[in-house]
Amino acid sequence: MTVTAKHLFERNETMTTALSTSQGVNNGVNVAALLGAREALSQMPEAAAFKWRASCEWIQGTHSRSTIGGFFGLGAEQSRTKTFSVEADHPEVFASEDTAPTPVELVLAGLAGCLTAGVAAVAQNRGIQLHSVKASLEAEMDIQGILGIDDEVRNGFSAVHVHFDIRADASRDEIAALVAQSQKRSAVFDIITNPTAVHVTVG
Amino acid sequence: MKHIATVVIGAGHCGLAMSKQLLDRGIDHVVLDRGKVANSWRTQRWDSLRLLTPNWQSRLPGHAYAGSDPDGYMTMPELAGHLQAYSDRVGAPVETDTTVLRVNATSDGYIVDTDRGSWTCRSVVVASGACAVPVVPALSSGLPAGIASLNPFAYRNPQQLRPGGVMIVGASATGVQLAREIRASGRDVLLCVGEHVRLPRLYRRRDINWWMDAMGLMDVRHDEIPDLERARRLPSAQLIGTPERETVDLNTLRDAGVEIVGRLVALDGGEAKFSGALANHCALADLKMNRLLDSIDAWVAASGHDHGFGPPHRFEPTRLDRTPRLGLDLRHGRIETIIWATGFRPDYSWLDVPVLDRKGRMRHSGGIVASRGMYVMGLPFMRRRKSSFIDGAAADARDLADHMLSFLVRAAA
Repeated sequence: MTVTAKHLFERNETMTTALSTSQGVNNGVNVAALLGAREALSQMPEAAAFKWRASCEWIQGTHSRSTIGGFFGLGAEQSRTKTFSVEADHPEVFASEDTAPTPVELVLAGLAGCLTAGVAAVAQNRGIQLHSVKASLEAEMDIQGILGIDDEVRNGFSAVHVHFDIRADASRDEIAALVAQSQKRSAVFDIITNPTAVHVTVG
Repeated sequence: MKHIATVVIGAGHCGLAMSKQLLDRGIDHVVLDRGKVANSWRTQRWDSLRLLTPNWQSRLPGHAYAGSDPDGYMTMPELAGHLQAYSDRVGAPVETDTTVLRVNATSDGYIVDTDRGSWTCRSVVVASGACAVPVVPALSSGLPAGIASLNPFAYRNPQQLRPGGVMIVGASATGVQLAREIRASGRDVLLCVGEHVRLPRLYRRRDINWWMDAMGLMDVRHDEIPDLERARRLPSAQLIGTPERETVDLNTLRDAGVEIVGRLVALDGGEAKFSGALANHCALADLKMNRLLDSIDAWVAASGHDHGFGPPHRFEPTRLDRTPRLGLDLRHGRIETIIWATGFRPDYSWLDVPVLDRKGRMRHSGGIVASRGMYVMGLPFMRRRKSSFIDGAAADARDLADHMLSFLVRAAA
């Protein structure tokens, strides 16, 4: 893959400064770099093939720790200067230790993080200054599914509710459009709303 | 082997508009069509279809509508008659029942092979239509046996369908029109809705196309908008042409008893799965429609006079069930027929010149194709927003004929 592709998403402070000065709007998103990457990747779609990874180790009981480091993209392995660790557990009402959030709560956090990042990026692209963005999420689940009480009840969420409170220099409809566009381009929103084939193997 | 300056492929509104411009410039040409004039309008449309643009907007070079119903919408036989009369009046050199089999580049132009002989020429105009082939998504291969599968070219009317429920995939102009008439025939209809463009037929007593035309939106050029690729991918608006000038949208369909579900995202083991993103697809469409209505109101206010326009108002937001259906087992008998209203694409299977991109789309700039002397017409937002409209053929043909004339003069020098 070419050098251009590798440097597509690199932070370009000069560009960010120039952009925020010209539009008077700064949400801390380098939209110029993102748009440049979009243009470049449309010319070389193979560089757009990414692989995201996590590895997970059981600690004890329902407690586990996932480690997140490198990923593949822009035609090469991408390494980070550090690795991240995310723990999961179950709450005490499930007779667990409650040492960390439950996996389903981490899914909600993933959705919130994805939509919030999208709101900031779209706002920057549209020249809208954000002052605050707060999302609260609630998912409905009938645990008769996971407990195997009733086969007609699915294991997962029966509905997810996301509520945004956004303060920005924009009209109500413009803010609604930010949130709608963020959903339209969100990976996690797509992952939750549409089916995905999951392949599980055992070593 | 016959020789001519230009071969125009397709005798629809685009080919005829181009022919008129070539006649005006004295460019020797022939217009080839596999059928009659307006062949696809005559043979590949359902019975009830009317144009989505009013009669006054079916303008062609040197021709304006002079009938008694400028605000009406032509049926397909009326449109075919309109185009045939235009062809006769301008004296377009049309060769009917001539199918183009292959177009190859030569050292100084092209060779066009047909089932009735070959032509060599300096220049070719591809006017064979943006909607020549129905697009059916790959997931259709998962359709369980025993369910009838139709595309819009095969659909004529509800009577042709076998008894039982109908699932319509896609809610652009085709999908909403078919859902409306199949539901009206008394059938159970399920409509799968992804991204769509919602527009009212009338706003402030004028046709929505009147507003877009009057405000200059239809004349916006391909080199004037920031995201041309996105504009070219925009699905057709949810519109229908009826004598009553009805609006068709998800609310009217729902009130008629059509079940609205999300985009069809999987057909797996007989189970259809629908996207949970329906509410956002509807929110996007409502917001986009309201932005257009805002701009209409602003335009009226800025113009300073009111030509009997009604007062500004907003339409009811799209109403949805709190918990829309996410799946349906197609083996349980509710659905007997699936109709794929999932769009159309051009057919370039006969084109042996390397001008297509990796997705099979024509590489062109405003209709000037990436091969000297070749032009294309009628594609979405090709030169202007109206390029894929009948009304857009005149301006595009004029520009491209000018370009072609200077090309031919240079080639001859």
